[in-house]
Amino acid sequence: MEMPVPNSSILSRKSQVVARLKQALPADAVIDDEAETRAYECDALTAYRCPPLAAVLPRNTEEVSAVLRICHEEGVPVVPRGSGTSLAGGALPTADSVILGVARMNDVLETNYADRYIRVQSGRTNLSVSGAVEEEDFFYAPDPSSQLACAIAGNVAMNSGGAHCLKYGVTTNNLLGVRMVLMDGTVVEIGGAHLDAPGLDLLGLVCGSEGQLGVVTEATLRILRKPEGARPVLMAFDSNEVAGQCVSDIIKAGVLPVAIEFMDRPCIRATEAFAKAGYPDSEALLIVEVEGSAAEIEEQLSKILEIARRHNPVELRESGSEEESARIWLGRKSAFGAMGQINDYMCLDGTIPVSELPYVLRRIGELSAEFGLEVGNVFHAGDGNMHPLILFDANKPGDLEKCEAMGAEILKLCVEVGGCLTGEHGVGIEKRDLMNVQYAPEDLEAQMAVKDVFDPSWLLNPAKVFPLEASRVRRAAE
Amino acid sequence: MMAPASEAELADLVAAASGPLVVRGGGTRPIGRPETGEALSVSAMTGVTLYEPGALTIVAQAGTPLAEVEAALAGEGQRLPFEPMDHRQLMGTEGEPTIGGVVAANVSGPRRIQAGACRDSLIGVRFVDGTGTVLKNGGRVMKNVTGYDLVKLMAGSFGTLGILSEVSFKVLPASETEATLVLHGLSVPAAVEAMSAGLGSPFEVSGAAHLPGPPARTLLRVEGFDASVRYRTGQLTTLLGRFGEVEHLADVDASRALWRSVRDVEPLVGKPGDLWRISVAPSDGPRVVERMTGAQAVLDWGGGLVWVCVSPGTDVRGAMAGIPGHATLVRPAVGTYGDTPVFHPEPGPLAAISAGLRDRFDPRGILNRGLMG
Repeated sequence: MEMPVPNSSILSRKSQVVARLKQALPADAVIDDEAETRAYECDALTAYRCPPLAAVLPRNTEEVSAVLRICHEEGVPVVPRGSGTSLAGGALPTADSVILGVARMNDVLETNYADRYIRVQSGRTNLSVSGAVEEEDFFYAPDPSSQLACAIAGNVAMNSGGAHCLKYGVTTNNLLGVRMVLMDGTVVEIGGAHLDAPGLDLLGLVCGSEGQLGVVTEATLRILRKPEGARPVLMAFDSNEVAGQCVSDIIKAGVLPVAIEFMDRPCIRATEAFAKAGYPDSEALLIVEVEGSAAEIEEQLSKILEIARRHNPVELRESGSEEESARIWLGRKSAFGAMGQINDYMCLDGTIPVSELPYVLRRIGELSAEFGLEVGNVFHAGDGNMHPLILFDANKPGDLEKCEAMGAEILKLCVEVGGCLTGEHGVGIEKRDLMNVQYAPEDLEAQMAVKDVFDPSWLLNPAKVFPLEASRVRRAAE
Repeated sequence: MMAPASEAELADLVAAASGPLVVRGGGTRPIGRPETGEALSVSAMTGVTLYEPGALTIVAQAGTPLAEVEAALAGEGQRLPFEPMDHRQLMGTEGEPTIGGVVAANVSGPRRIQAGACRDSLIGVRFVDGTGTVLKNGGRVMKNVTGYDLVKLMAGSFGTLGILSEVSFKVLPASETEATLVLHGLSVPAAVEAMSAGLGSPFEVSGAAHLPGPPARTLLRVEGFDASVRYRTGQLTTLLGRFGEVEHLADVDASRALWRSVRDVEPLVGKPGDLWRISVAPSDGPRVVERMTGAQAVLDWGGGLVWVCVSPGTDVRGAMAGIPGHATLVRPAVGTYGDTPVFHPEPGPLAAISAGLRDRFDPRGILNRGLMG
């Protein structure tokens, strides 16, 4: 993966930039020691690392504004960082950039149950947003699997999803407003506790812009009352086609499960060896979860089970208790860990039209044989968001490159059948150079024009999202 | 009036345009300052191009009548989640609303409070920018974070950034049945409190509105499978008992008719005066109504959406001072907007960004220029 050559003029001005930052911020908020900046050299895409020029950890919007104003004046690129859980390299620094971490900004600013929103500083973790409203039986719906660690700032930047978005939507559908600092230090408020901000939908534009338009310091989030209960059912089938058809039939029947998770045989086997959840050794497995009162759950499950039975399942497992429900989810929740036991893995997240599921799984199987790398599939079937896990050996020379090449083929396949490169992880650096597969040059030009308006000098997270070649003339860092 | 029959034709027309264009769909929602220029309608670009009920997705040409899209969905027991309102009665217009027009104005209805706005269901767009270039963003899958979300940007941009040629939606199953709970004669503050109690319950209220009287009526809607609707209306009846007697409207057709009238703001149809649409946090709804002394108000979205008819020239935004939110002058009393901006003015930095975006997407300034200004 190519990254821009660091700007030598900036590197030579390091002490001046750091001095200005230290003047503006408390002493402990600026990190420039080489041993310490190493902590910010990568995010969860650990194959790529580069220590930044410096890292700053502001405590509030005013400090963020001061940092950005200085960097703007100095012409120094800024890479915003939430908790660093990006699988796409969204927070990967360059040697000439300042990492702006929001980790110290984690306060709850306001909770309003009557109007059903919470306002938090953006460094607060996803799960602790729900935690803050739990005592009133409310929750924040988007639930990326990294929710214990990931920050709202990163969720907004990547428009994160989760397992339950079939019913509740993704971050953009649950974000009511942001306080954001532009690259020149200007603080803006977009949206708020009211719905649908006036004028152009800048809130919708900011969400998912991967930290390239501004640094979000506060977010107003929609909170919901928890359902009375939830219960999963497990169903196993002897072919991916049949399982895919079953998903489609459940959706067509008018039932809207809160989650439909799909695992294929390689993933089931790996999971069984690791977590021993007692999953049947079948070709495909679905976990379907519904919510509501006990009677509502019964009603929905009876419809779902009736549909499942029409597809000759190898096994149907209902849950009669909390313990049994936990057991049904155990394997699914351990799937990534189980695959990680076998080898290193790369996790993709392309989305496909649900109807293309059998074809895409067959093609992934063929690619697996062609490249000689194992693949397990576990994903959100209701919305077509795939998660192929490609196993490789990071210590084996050439294996990472082979894995990346195969990943690229899978993502091209997703686009070819009418889907997209990434459903919830974001583009970052990982899929940056594949953007040409999904978008024509003029489509990318239109998106880059948006960045021109928000950040004319292209200093915010500049080497991400767009193919380096496409953004080369705009980036200030070279 | 120019009425291209295809996206390619549309692109050619825009590229060749020598002056301003007045872009329209069905022309049923004349919101915004009227502009001058050559009329361009997408109404000849019609048809549902893809519909996969099992994937909950539908794609249609921008000029497709909304009714055609809704009929296709109804045929498979599905619907647009955001319940787009029909502006014809309120605006005194005729014609056929188009799906592109719904997107351009980001039109939603009562279910917005639960299922999101038009922009939340919109998953893909194709459009022609002010230079005549065909652009696309998003697609036909419901989870997509590939690049910037220009899909949201196009929703509610009223044709000022580009002319929509095709739109894609995530749809949802239509509910098997529905019921409405009615509370009579509540004050606006009590009504909003009751609606908040319902919306903050686990019983999935999909509509919460307050209609002026006398006697005023406060409505809460529950949708879903029959047994579930019965269970939830029962629970809500208990929950709302402290606000007075709860009438249970179980007849599906009557309930649907009632919500159509809320959706289309029927209580204010034909009322004289300036018609405003105000969006605030629900608990600020009562304060807004109180400050519009004597004006008839319809509250939707649990109190957060306030429709009011006020005497011509009333300074509604001035009256809202200190209450966060925004107000849109949907229809002026005497057919002229005067000096009042139709859309809520944005603070300087955001206004500069919006202007910058318009300049980039429409460098010649020919697409509905000034309509949102």
